[in-house]
Amino acid sequence: MPDALNWLTRRLLNVLDQYGRKSVAVLEEVGYVASLLLESLYWAVVGRWLQQPVRLAAICAAAMSVGITAIPIVALASFAVGAMLAIQGIYSLRPYGAESQVVLGIALSVTREFAPLITGIFVAGRSASAIAARIGTMQVAQEIDALSVIGINPVRYLVSPLLLAMLVTVPALVVMSNFMALSGGALYCNLELGMPLAAYIEGTIDALTPEDVWQGLSKSLVFATIITLVGASNGFTVTAGAEGVGKATTRSVVVSIASIILADMVFSYFQSQ
Amino acid sequence: MSTTIATDAAARTPAIEVENLVAHYGSREVLHGVSMNVQRGEIMVIMGGSGSGKSTLLRHLLGLRRPTSGGIRLLGQDITRLSAREMFALRRNIGVSFQGGALFNSMTVQENVELPLREHARLDRKTMQIISRIKLEVVNLAGFGDLMPSELSGGMIKRAALARAIVMDPQLLFFDEPSAGLDPVVSAELDELILNLREAMNMTIVVVTHDLDSAFKIADRITVLDHGSVLMIGDTAEIRESDNARIQGLINRRPRHETLDADEYLRRLTA
Repeated sequence: MPDALNWLTRRLLNVLDQYGRKSVAVLEEVGYVASLLLESLYWAVVGRWLQQPVRLAAICAAAMSVGITAIPIVALASFAVGAMLAIQGIYSLRPYGAESQVVLGIALSVTREFAPLITGIFVAGRSASAIAARIGTMQVAQEIDALSVIGINPVRYLVSPLLLAMLVTVPALVVMSNFMALSGGALYCNLELGMPLAAYIEGTIDALTPEDVWQGLSKSLVFATIITLVGASNGFTVTAGAEGVGKATTRSVVVSIASIILADMVFSYFQSQ
Repeated sequence: MSTTIATDAAARTPAIEVENLVAHYGSREVLHGVSMNVQRGEIMVIMGGSGSGKSTLLRHLLGLRRPTSGGIRLLGQDITRLSAREMFALRRNIGVSFQGGALFNSMTVQENVELPLREHARLDRKTMQIISRIKLEVVNLAGFGDLMPSELSGGMIKRAALARAIVMDPQLLFFDEPSAGLDPVVSAELDELILNLREAMNMTIVVVTHDLDSAFKIADRITVLDHGSVLMIGDTAEIRESDNARIQGLINRRPRHETLDADEYLRRLTA
């Protein structure tokens, strides 16, 4: 009997030990991400005085790769989601004979929720992986060390320009996503309900307040920060060669998308109070 | 005037002073009180088998890791106590060539060589191009500036990395494993290059290597590391004639016949 009890306690302690280690690891990662955020903002603000400026050319190059090239896919997905919302909205409102109210539903859910979420997920899929792969490869090839010994702070050189580029381009993508999703909804309403475009636009403008749009945009700033930092932190912590880079790439996509969705839930709750 | 007096005074202090350096990876101690000096204008080779701690020592000398205890003075300045700004200023005088070259893949060879100039010196574009061309010529890579690093052979990558390391005319040059991954002929050429550099620019050079031929050819003095401690520091003749069994084992490539304890190794890995 004491043997079985002993075994049980040992098993329980083992499980506790494992969860403890995992929690510490998660806390450690959150701490590292936070320090990366502070450091990249620090360089963005004071870099110029320390003769280590965050260069405009680097910001533009990053904006090109994370923002501009994401336009087609985000536009397509947003348009489809807008149409999909119209389809489902009209279907669920039909029993009440309130099909035309779908305009309100589309306008609010797109600007407050779907546009930032879709943009966030696509940018995470494209860029979190790219950031992790780029920085991870540089880490493995000792290029990060080479930057340090030349006197170039790696965070200033690699992360700050990305963060600034993301903070500009992701909200801009959300604005575009808003337009595309609303157009998708408009097109379907026009085909299905015969609603004139003018009436749809008027209904949308009536339904929306600036606060709805701002809610979407403010979320997207948070998403942009999450994507950059999760990608960068996974890249910097790569250890085991090419295989490590692969793992970090996958992990950064999974973690950033999960974090975006969780952050979105928290934000939606507080902003809808 | 005052600067020349300062450099005169500095010239008498050793280029590198390491005092009782202790370093840990996690909870495992990997350097157990390493002490060594490198005089100005000297070529010091740090030698040792894999796992001897030579890479760790190099990372500490470069200021990439902070030691647990002990002091490291480069060109008379204690790098464990420097502010970020002072460290940035000191880095102008230090060049490093990494094992795999560590050239930035998104830039051409010439841009790689120019990068330290762009960060440290206020020069116009033309001057930077001229300087980097000269340095590429020094390492026999004239005309290769417009190629991307991925288009170079292993030996050329090391040369390009060396050009980048010396572009600021550093007083102190670190060279990590110059002969790793190169055939004997190319690696002998690199040895020549290192000797020429010291001759022409009077640099202090620290080379980390496990290649014996290369070590005995270029070294003024050799530091032999083993299991995280200094076994011996001496000139090439002293090292050759040493009666220390481990050193003789290393020089004569005798297998160590150490029984490796798998459990102990796994414990170290998971520590």
